Parts: sequence; C-alpha cells; structure tokens
Amino acid sequence: MKKSSSFIKSLAVGLATFLVLVVFAYGFAVTNINFAETRSERRMASLTRILRALAHPKIFDYNFETVNVEVPFYLGCPEGGVEPPKVDRSGAFILVSAGCAEPKETIVVEGYNFQENSAGPINFIGFSADAPDGVPIQMGSFQADAQGNFRVEATIPNRQIKEDPQAIRAVGRVRVGAPMISQEAKVTWDKIVETVFMALLATTFGTLLAVPISFFAARNLMVEVKSPLSSIALSLIGWALGMGLGVAISRLLTHFQTAFFSSFLATLAGAIILPILGSLLARLTLFNQNKEMDLRFKSRLVNVLYSLFAAALILASILFLGKLLLQIGAYLTPNKDVPLYFLRKFVSQAGEIFTILAPVVAVLVFGGIVGGFFGQIGQTVSDKTSPASSKVFNLIVAPLAGAIAAVLILRGLDWFYQFNNPAVTLYWPAGIGAAIGLALALVVSSKQPLPIGFIIYGIFRTILNGTRSIEALVMAIVFVAWVGLGPFAGALALALHTVASNAKLYSEQVESILSGPLEAIQATGANRLQTIVFAVVPQIIPPYISYTMYRWDINVRMSTIIGFVGGGGIGFILQQNINLLNYRAASVNMLAIAIVVASMDYISSVLREKFV
Amino acid sequence: MLEVKNLSKTYDGGVQALKNVSFNVKQGEFLAVIGLSGSGKSTLLRCINRLIEPTGGQIVWDGQDVTAASQDEMRHIRRKIGMVFQHFNLVSRSKVITNVLAGRLGYVNPMLSALNRFPKSDVAMALDQLDRVGIKNQAYKRADELSGGQQQRVGIARAMMQQPAMILADEPVASLDPVLAHSIMQYLEKINKEDGVTVLCSLHFLDLVHRYADRAIALNAGELKFDGSPADINDEKFREIYGKDAERVG
Repeated sequence: MKKSSSFIKSLAVGLATFLVLVVFAYGFAVTNINFAETRSERRMASLTRILRALAHPKIFDYNFETVNVEVPFYLGCPEGGVEPPKVDRSGAFILVSAGCAEPKETIVVEGYNFQENSAGPINFIGFSADAPDGVPIQMGSFQADAQGNFRVEATIPNRQIKEDPQAIRAVGRVRVGAPMISQEAKVTWDKIVETVFMALLATTFGTLLAVPISFFAARNLMVEVKSPLSSIALSLIGWALGMGLGVAISRLLTHFQTAFFSSFLATLAGAIILPILGSLLARLTLFNQNKEMDLRFKSRLVNVLYSLFAAALILASILFLGKLLLQIGAYLTPNKDVPLYFLRKFVSQAGEIFTILAPVVAVLVFGGIVGGFFGQIGQTVSDKTSPASSKVFNLIVAPLAGAIAAVLILRGLDWFYQFNNPAVTLYWPAGIGAAIGLALALVVSSKQPLPIGFIIYGIFRTILNGTRSIEALVMAIVFVAWVGLGPFAGALALALHTVASNAKLYSEQVESILSGPLEAIQATGANRLQTIVFAVVPQIIPPYISYTMYRWDINVRMSTIIGFVGGGGIGFILQQNINLLNYRAASVNMLAIAIVVASMDYISSVLREKFV
Repeated sequence: MLEVKNLSKTYDGGVQALKNVSFNVKQGEFLAVIGLSGSGKSTLLRCINRLIEPTGGQIVWDGQDVTAASQDEMRHIRRKIGMVFQHFNLVSRSKVITNVLAGRLGYVNPMLSALNRFPKSDVAMALDQLDRVGIKNQAYKRADELSGGQQQRVGIARAMMQQPAMILADEPVASLDPVLAHSIMQYLEKINKEDGVTVLCSLHFLDLVHRYADRAIALNAGELKFDGSPADINDEKFREIYGKDAERVG
C-alpha cells in the first residue's frame, strides 16, 4: 500500500517536471531564443560597439585644433602612370604608397610632423562637377605617435574611375584647452529638470483629486450610508437640478462679467467686494446656524436659499479673482524677455486655473446643496409619513429620478457615439429609467433603507480599477493628441494615473483604520463630516503622506520614459538619441535617469521614515 | 427615564445577540450590566444610542422613541448620552484636548468644528474636565503618549463634555489593572453621585458590581437572566448567569 502510493507520488512529480519542461520549451520557441545569433561575429561587433559607446557617456567635450593635409590622387591609374606629387615637408605632410590605385585596392598612408597624439580620419576626397569642393569618404583613421608620425593601411572606396585628380586627405585633430560640459550634457540637464517637475506637478494635482475620491471608494465609510428610496430618488433629482442651476449660474456670471466688468478697476473692485460679501453671508448661514439643531422644514429651506446665494457669491468671487489674476498677468508679461518671466507668467496661469475650475466647482457645489436638501426632504417623508403614503410618494419620485438619471447618462454617451437621435437619447432611456424606478418603488418596502453608499462605492471602485489598468504611457498618447507633444501632455497623463492609483491605495488605508475612534466620535452626536474630520483624517495622514511620496518616486521613474510617446521629459531625447544611434549621448541621458531615480528613491524613503 | 422594551438584535450572519430584553432605568441610577463575554452586553449598550441598529423592540428615552428617531434626531439624542469604551477609543494621533473637545461636536457649529475651531468656552470646559480627572497637565500631549489609565480618564472627560444625562460605559475597566480599575470606577461614581448622571456600566468583576452599582441586570446568551440588587446574586443566580460550571473568583 505504502509502496504503491510512493510510486504514484514519484510518478506525479515526474509528470509535473515533464510538464514544466514542456511549458518552458514552448516559451523558448515563442520568444525566438537564438543562441547562435548571440555568438555571430556581426552581432558581437555591434554589441561591443554599443556597450563601449554607452560606457563613454559624452559628458565633457573639448575644443580641437585641426590640421588638414592633402595629396592629389588618381582613382584608376592613367596610362603612363602618375608623377609622384611634390610634398611640402615644412609642416605636417603625408606620403601615399602610390599616386594612383584601382577601387578597393589597399594603399599605405604615412604621416609625418603631425602634432603629437593627434588623431583623426583619413578621407578620400571625390571631386566632381556637382561637388567642386570635394566629398569626403572615410577610408580609415589614424592616431599619431609621440613624434607626430603614423603609418596606416587604408582601402580605396568603390567609386567610379575618374580621369581628373582626386585627393587623399588626413585630418589631424588634437584637443586644446580644458574639458567643457558637452552640449548633450546641457540638454540632458534641461530635460531632467523638466522630468522631475513633471512628476512633481502630476503627483501634487493627482493627489489633490485622489484624496476626496478615496473616501468614496472606502468600503467601511460607504456601507453605512443607507437611505430610503424616497430620499435617494429626491436627492438624485436635486443633484440634477442643482447641477443644471450651477451651469446656468456660472454661464450667467461669466456673461455678466465680460459684459460689464472689462476694465481693470472694475475687476479689482469685484475681486475685493465679492469675496467679502460671500464670506460674510457664509458666516451668517453656515457658521452661525442656531446652535440648537433646527429640524423644521421652513428654516431648512431658508438655510438652503442662503447657502445657494452664498455659493453664487463665492463662485462670482472665484471668477473675478481669476480675471484679476489674468489681467495682472497680462500686464506683467509684455514680452518673453522680462526678468523672472516664469513667475510673472504663473500669475496669469493661476488666473486661468480659477477660470477653468469655477464652473466645475459651481456644478458640484450647487448639485450638492440642492441634492442634499432634496435628500433631507425625502428622508423626512420616509420618517414622518405612513408607509402607504410614502409608498405613493415613492411611486411618483422614483420613476422621475430614474428617467432623469437614464437621460443624463445617455446624453453623456451621445457625445461619444453621436446617436443624433432623440429616440435613443431621450425617449427610450426616459422610458426605461422610469420603468426601473417604478419597479424599484413597487418592490422595495417604502421605509427600508437601501445601501446607496455601497452602490456609490462600487461605481467608484469600478471606475478607479478601469482607469488604473490603463498605463500612463497609453494615456499620454491621448493627451499628446489633445495638448500637443511635450511635458504638459506627460504631466496630465501621469496626473490622471496618479488619481486612479492613489485613490485606490488611499481608500485601502481608510478601510484599515481602527473603527473604535469612529464609533466614539459618532456616539458624541457628530455628523458625517465631523466624524471624518475627527476620527478618520488623523488616522490616515501618515499613510497618505507615505503613499504620496512613494507616488512621486514612481512618477519620476514613469516620467523618464513617458517621453517615448511624446510626453516630454528626458525620455523624449533618449529615444531620439537611440534612434540616431547616438549612443554616447543616450548614455548621458541614462546616467542622469539613474542618478535622479536613485536619489529620489533615497529622499522619499528618508522622508517617509520621518513622517510615519 | 430609560425604558427598553422587548429589544432584539439579530446580526446579518444570523447570530441572535439580544432576545426580547426589557428593563427600566431610573434617573440617577448606577446600573451594572453583567454577563459572560459574548452574552450581548456591548450590543445592548450600543443599541441604546443606536451605534448598532436594533432589529426589534423599542427604546424610549426621556419620553422620546429612540428606535424611531430620524438620523438628525438621533444625533440630537446622542449628544445627551456619553459613552466610555473598553479600549478608550481615543484618536491616538490627536492631542488630548482635541479628543476631549470632540465631545462637543454635537453642539458646535459643524462647519467651524470641521476647521478645528471651537468656542473659547468649550476649550475652558475641556480643561476643567481634564482637571477633574486629574490630567490637566497632559492636555497638549498626544493621546497615545498617555498610559492606559490616563487614556480612560480622557475618555471620561470626553463623555462629560457632552453634558450627558446618561453615560454608557462598555467595560470601562476591563483593560486596566485592579488599582486603576477602582480609580476609574470612582470617577464614574463621582459623576453619578455628584452630577446625577445615570450610568449604565457593563462589568466583568462581581466585586466591582457590589462595590459601585445600585442595581444589576444580567445577560446570558442575549436573554435577561437577572434584574435586581447586586446583593441578591446568590450562588444559584450566579450559576444561572454564568453557566453551571462557573466558579466565583475574587
């Protein structure tokens, strides 16, 4: 019994080994592994050439002093031979073993009186009617000895035989002066700075977006969020209304601003007065809510109206500040040659950021205010009315919300797929959405809290996982098409990838926090925002800092190759140098990458240790 | 003041943690909740302020139906119910004073508090509460720099910041040594006697129950097995609460 089982065991092991061998054999076949090729002389020669070039990064360059020495030479010996050329022996001179030769024939070139250790090519110069100055073809190269003499064999190039005299020229070059930083090294420095800052900007802006997103993708925070159908449906309607309101108001404000406030002083006045008014109003409404929580509908409505007004004022302030900065920036940068151009330019760029962000903020803030208020109404309906009447309420609002959501989604898809057909973008989705809403309202018991938080969590997770699976290199291709070749496209691609991966990593950190403090803060009567600020944020700051540093490190590494697809940075010239077979310059680029990546590695690990 | 009627809780996995538990608590009472680990003590306490949603029954507090309260009303109710935890549940990276001030979160303006701004009167009150539990000098240390006993005092100070009418203490001394346990229990007793705060306290050790509690209720596998004076727990009752093979210690 025992014997047979051990036999089966060894058979199984043997079979497994055989299978592994088969797998690897197949792997060798599909990866075209070819050892004969690696030994071939031609391959070895090119390997040697490249490795030697890479081992000599062209960091330093020298000035050269050049001496050209030329003797006449006949390609194809004329009948009767040629006279040996007269040679001036006062300076450097060369002697050629014959005054004429057939193509592909080997001759001997001797040189005398060159500067010691000078070196350079020996060229055949072909003259013709098209090129009266001659076209040099390199036949060989020389390296003079300490006396300035050399003797080399060179092969005549395979060219058409000519009657007119051609020439053999030796170009002796010798280094003079101290070594200088090479042009390649200067370009590398510029590009490596570009690379590091590309990574810095991508990390910063990606992180800014990733932090709020990470809360929505954290399971432990989101599963607790449950609302009855009436609240979900109404808040969906509220969000749609609020977002529409946000778009309308930001359009209106922009229009108003361009129409009436074009002069600098008017903009300045607006940029000063509006924020003051907005913050005063915010203080009145948000910060000075009567201390006892007032749960009545009327006071809530008043509060929402105040909040909307305050939000509109703050939006207007953002727009005015943006315009003010743009105007100041335009005044500061009359041309590109002013000192500290980049700082002045940044003023108008900051203004542009404000102008771009204003509508986005408007949509989110207005959507949030109205959606939140509607959600509260829905919650109150579910809390305070009888099951039957809240069921009726659900039957009305759920189909409406479903229809709105479906139409909005199809509107978004329409942009991609250009249906251009109201049946597809309006009637069908409205009908199907309403049907789903109606079905939900019928099936779900009217007061049962639905796991809306879990659904939102699922949506965020799916989007993040999808985005994360696309490499920044691939994203860069899209951004290059949008903003053109260069580091801006690379920074955008890296930033987007940073949002996706860091939001995922962050949310995992949120999921691993201790639940005790969370529970304790909730027990004090804190609301959701307060719970996050007091119980979640203190716990996640160290891992967030650590992951941000880590991401910067990764982004520096990524940004070194994002140039391969046109994303700017050092990868751009590295690829160029490789394609031009300029391996010594490529070697400088690689050296710079190695130094930067290694030092980033070190710096980020030191900083992480400090913060955590 | 607190009425618990037929309270039941069945967890998602099907575990029935509470079965038809009913009892009343009078204003100013010190009620001990005893029972084995897993008998439902923590679940009971957390159902009262709805950190855990009960699946059946009713809780009435101060004439208000806690089980039917909306989220906003619930936050309103929680302000008046302080809670003290076995593992203190402080935010360890925050300062002691921040932890204590967190007790005011239900009262203060949500926006300002999110920016970590509290009224001066609240800060003074926090220092007073820390003084009361004898660790005012530690107020600006990080919470995790304190010893276990000190951390639990911070926990009590946090609960007291709510100006509670009732404190739920979930095994407040289970992770402390006996000497510290008594000092913490004395703070709770002081709060109970001097401030008239009702205390519901789950406890492991019967001698602590005898020493501090006015009344005790006992849970076994989610069922109420005893409701009366601690002095009435005789050997027979003891075995009913803790199982046949249990022996008294301490």
